[in-house]
Amino acid sequence: MGKRIGLEVSLSAAEAVRMANVDCIAAYPITPQTHIVEHLSELVNDGDLDAEFIPVESEHSAMSVSAGVSAVGARAFTCTSSQGLALMNEIVHIVASMRLPIVMILANRSMSGPISIWNDHTDVMSIRDCGWIQVFANNGQEVFDNVLFAYRVAESQKVMLPLIINIDGFILTHVIEPVEFWEKKQVEQYLPDFKPIHTLHPDRPVTMGGVGMPYVFSEAKVAQDEPLIQSKAEIITAWKELGDIVGRYYKPIETYRTEDAETLFVTQGSFGETVSLVVDALRDKGESVGLVMDRLWRPFPFDEFREATSQAKNLIVIDRAISYGGQGGPLAIDIRSALYKGENQPNITNFICGLAGRDVTINDFKNIYHKAMEKIKENPREEDFEYYGVRGK
Amino acid sequence: MEIVEPTNVYAYKLITKKDYFAPGHRACQGCAEALAVRLVAKALGRNVIVASATGCMEIISSPWPFTSWRVPWIHVAFENAAAVASGVEAGMKVLMRKGKVPKKKITFLAMAGDGGTSDIGVQALSGALERGHDFIYICYDNEAYMNTGIQRSSSTPYGASTTTSPAGKVIPGQMTWKKNMPEIAAAHSIPYVATACPSYPIDLVEKVKKAAKIKGPAYIHILSVCPTGWRLPPALSIKAGRLAVETGVFPLYEIEYGRYRFTGKIEKLRPVEEYLKIQGRFRHLSEEMIDTIQKRVVEEYEKLEKKVEMTEGD
Repeated sequence: MGKRIGLEVSLSAAEAVRMANVDCIAAYPITPQTHIVEHLSELVNDGDLDAEFIPVESEHSAMSVSAGVSAVGARAFTCTSSQGLALMNEIVHIVASMRLPIVMILANRSMSGPISIWNDHTDVMSIRDCGWIQVFANNGQEVFDNVLFAYRVAESQKVMLPLIINIDGFILTHVIEPVEFWEKKQVEQYLPDFKPIHTLHPDRPVTMGGVGMPYVFSEAKVAQDEPLIQSKAEIITAWKELGDIVGRYYKPIETYRTEDAETLFVTQGSFGETVSLVVDALRDKGESVGLVMDRLWRPFPFDEFREATSQAKNLIVIDRAISYGGQGGPLAIDIRSALYKGENQPNITNFICGLAGRDVTINDFKNIYHKAMEKIKENPREEDFEYYGVRGK
Repeated sequence: MEIVEPTNVYAYKLITKKDYFAPGHRACQGCAEALAVRLVAKALGRNVIVASATGCMEIISSPWPFTSWRVPWIHVAFENAAAVASGVEAGMKVLMRKGKVPKKKITFLAMAGDGGTSDIGVQALSGALERGHDFIYICYDNEAYMNTGIQRSSSTPYGASTTTSPAGKVIPGQMTWKKNMPEIAAAHSIPYVATACPSYPIDLVEKVKKAAKIKGPAYIHILSVCPTGWRLPPALSIKAGRLAVETGVFPLYEIEYGRYRFTGKIEKLRPVEEYLKIQGRFRHLSEEMIDTIQKRVVEEYEKLEKKVEMTEGD
């Protein structure tokens, strides 16, 4: 077992990147991502990590540099938040199509405007369809473990796709948590060297990023989506083996006290830990309630989600992002699609809350639960959702 | 006036017969940019990795499943050739340092058009030059967005008619002066900056070879005549390039560690009208506008002469 120490989640994330022995880090500072890249530059400048730290002039270049790094067969890491993600958006899509297994931590922060540095999921939801594998983390330990998991999955020759680890800005990035480090031999056992099939090298010239004329474009896109869908098998294996090595087992969908529960909360990211306490409190009062946490966002684990919610009568989906003019938050929209025409389809209520760092406390979640129970009596329509905790609403 | 220095051997002894940018690509007839790319590829040989911006040279050379590139080549997007090349260079450097790839001298080349360089790519380029990556950046300047249909860029010369700076009844074409990219590159105090033109192939090849030898960033700005966009017969491409140089519109020079040097000093500039009149994009120019251009060209040329004098060796 590795050392267990109290450390800010950003710093332990950077330490995991060090343990993954990355070759290049290209990054541009943006709150709340900064502590991660600051610590990485320290590790490089102190000689604790043999890598190139490339202090680029924008996030657009951070992702472009990472593309070049990955194309020559080197291990690339970058990290950003909100506006930085928006600026690099163009390249985020391209690197997925080029099958470059870059790993990025997204310290989730609200998209402007109004400008805000605080946490929600509007940044990641803006690139939902970018073709990356996307996972959420509940706590610092998950972030640490998932960095090593990320390279293992992304660089697998069956997958070869970039991967985003979402961690809630400030709520996770800036808190100190106990984190169990891995031992070097555990990393060696779990994470092989990056060995892509094609790299840029004069001895084996290849052309990367050619023009896709209409006669090949659709085939190229299907050839990109298929490995993303199929990557779920590799993801499950990688989490299983991670558990076998360090004793912590992760799954695409996590459940907490769902047994016999009539009503299930559905969350992503750090809300999960708060809601688990709410579930305990409500259960103590005799309510039949449990929690489903979505860890794997893309590819969406349809089977696992349907199985986890198969016995529930009611779902309370908590979104931390808006789909303007749409049918609730992005998570609720996906879940409604996933369960459509299924047997015993549950009532699905949806609350959008916690935008731009507004606290959502245990009491708030209790209120949400009671509101949901009232709504269900009214037989809610599919497009119903509610902004929770907004003044004047 | 001799710009191509007289030599006792034929050109084929100076420039390899081998082509790394293969024929059969889809460029227009008389495309001097494709010629420049071919010469650059000859100059650099096989030990190179190329990062190309979106633009004419990318679309004509890489329609999947075909490629004109016999050397490793990557295209990611329009504005980021310098950033992608930075990553390629840094990644290869660290892989060699860690012993994951055998040590070998590889030249890293980024290439883009004038739009991809002086407009949308100027930030990524400035970042890469400032960080000091060991690479060559080549701007193939055909003075407008030719790939999308001849729209003006900041590199389009004063007076030129393009599809977004048309010669109108009130506004007679492009009303701004061409952005001086070589000077912007030089302002980063990089070791090597040069201008070149494929109408002077040996000069061009020599500069590219020199850039490859120098450690650190090098910037080469190549005037690339575009018959389609400049509205001139393809057969006049080479001549137009020579006239650009001989009239002083596009002087050939280099800046090595801050020292300016003409690589083809023009003792007596030809009138700019000779250059302008063969191109349809300048057809509408009034005598007054031609005079304005003439004055500006002489002024800029004299400025350059002063820089050469000021920085001449001891």
